[in-house]
Amino acid sequence: MPSPSAAARLAPPAPAGVPAPALAPLVCRRCGARFDPGPVAICAECIGPLEPAYDPARRLPTRAEIEARPRSIWRYRELLPILGDPVVSLDTGFTPLVDAPALARALGVRRALVKNDAVSHPTLSFKDRVVAVALNAARSLGLETVGCASTGNLANAVAAQAARAGLGAWIFVPEDLELGKIVGTAIYGPRLVRVKGTYDDVNRLCAQVADRFGWGLVNLNLRSYYGEGSKTMAFEIAEQLGWRFPDAVIAPMAGGSLVTKLDKGFHELAAAGLAEGASPRIYGAQAAGCAPIVDLVSRGGEAITPVVPRTIARSIAIGNPADGAHAAAAIRGSGGDAQAVTDEELVEGIALLAATTGVFTETAGGVTVAAARRLARAGKLRPSDELVLCITGNGLKTVEAVTPALAAAPVIAPKLREVAALVGSA
Amino acid sequence: MPVTLRLPTVLARNAGGQTVHEAKGTTVGDVVADVAARFPELGPRLRDAKGDPYPYVIFYLNDEDIRFQEGFATRVADGAEIVVVPAIAGG
Repeated sequence: MPSPSAAARLAPPAPAGVPAPALAPLVCRRCGARFDPGPVAICAECIGPLEPAYDPARRLPTRAEIEARPRSIWRYRELLPILGDPVVSLDTGFTPLVDAPALARALGVRRALVKNDAVSHPTLSFKDRVVAVALNAARSLGLETVGCASTGNLANAVAAQAARAGLGAWIFVPEDLELGKIVGTAIYGPRLVRVKGTYDDVNRLCAQVADRFGWGLVNLNLRSYYGEGSKTMAFEIAEQLGWRFPDAVIAPMAGGSLVTKLDKGFHELAAAGLAEGASPRIYGAQAAGCAPIVDLVSRGGEAITPVVPRTIARSIAIGNPADGAHAAAAIRGSGGDAQAVTDEELVEGIALLAATTGVFTETAGGVTVAAARRLARAGKLRPSDELVLCITGNGLKTVEAVTPALAAAPVIAPKLREVAALVGSA
Repeated sequence: MPVTLRLPTVLARNAGGQTVHEAKGTTVGDVVADVAARFPELGPRLRDAKGDPYPYVIFYLNDEDIRFQEGFATRVADGAEIVVVPAIAGG
């Protein structure tokens, strides 16, 4: 008999004709106005962001019930906005939480763990989580075409999961994305469009596209549902630690949603009585060439000052982060902080993570590791801390970033004496 | 030649059911004020009580974010297009 995880891996998408699940209604985070489920993320009353309204009387699962379910994000389904059984993307989630003692020593913290979404299924980034939720929402709403504005990882996730679900996909990216992310999108056969400009230009265009064509753009008009998928990273961290919280969590920041949803997820678990202890301090990391959320945390205030990104960390190069103010509030409220690092430091961060944990991350992960190192040296991460680093993407997608920093491998004739010479010179 | 103001669909019900409006003005703020004068319910959804733009409602003049220019004081030429986009998305 297969294990629960094996059963999840083998689960096919639901066959045609299987009824789509219902969706939670929506409520405005700013003014509290309520709306029926729909492909809309903005309040018609005040232009505030909409989020799912969960029934406070719904029955929540016990720890034992969750542990008995397949190892995917759907083991937490009562805390997600899909009401009932999901029908597509059934096998995403439950990535490893890797103990990293050598990294802990390098950083100077008591314990470090890597939440390794670099091996997320199916496209090697945490975006698989949010897309899994969004595509079930699309199915529920009867949408036949989905899409996104993306810096790369989201493009991969939407293209792959839409292909599997039999949905059409229109995907918009900045024209200068890394080759791995272009190929890792195009292979699934979506309509891939490269836009001249930055991600923020792509985002503005896609806001108009969503309005015009009625597609389900996962991070625009399906955003209210999509964003909730990020909470599953928090749920998994707590469960994998034995239903308790770490002292601190650090994650990269692009639009600011992940940090915000991590904080929300930890608090929801505590409120449900599923995890014990104080919610962790949340730390956010950005590249210095695109750090509007770090800037907001540092200077205070409530409004992001947008920037034009200048960094090799393209996956988090969002100069106009829509959830930036929410992210800054979550960080401050948790007692955490935010840190920017240079491109040189982020490359060192990628190498440090690889050398100490065997995990190869992309530029965003390098930013996270490098920021943790800076925060520890500044005493903001404490020697007594148990720290979880959220590694959100895979290094094979951004080999361009680290290739120049790697020593060239020697080329030799197939002769033992040449190996001996190398050993002798090592 | 007038300026075109394009609203997101979610705001159309506050603007006579239309998302595209022709308006007059020499700055972005003037154009917004011109349309808001015709649709009183729309104005508070585009700008705060002091007449400043909200941080979560972005105005693009000919595809350029006015926050990188002079905000509502950014000058507009005849035939220009202003697009209003709620601040959403990321990643």
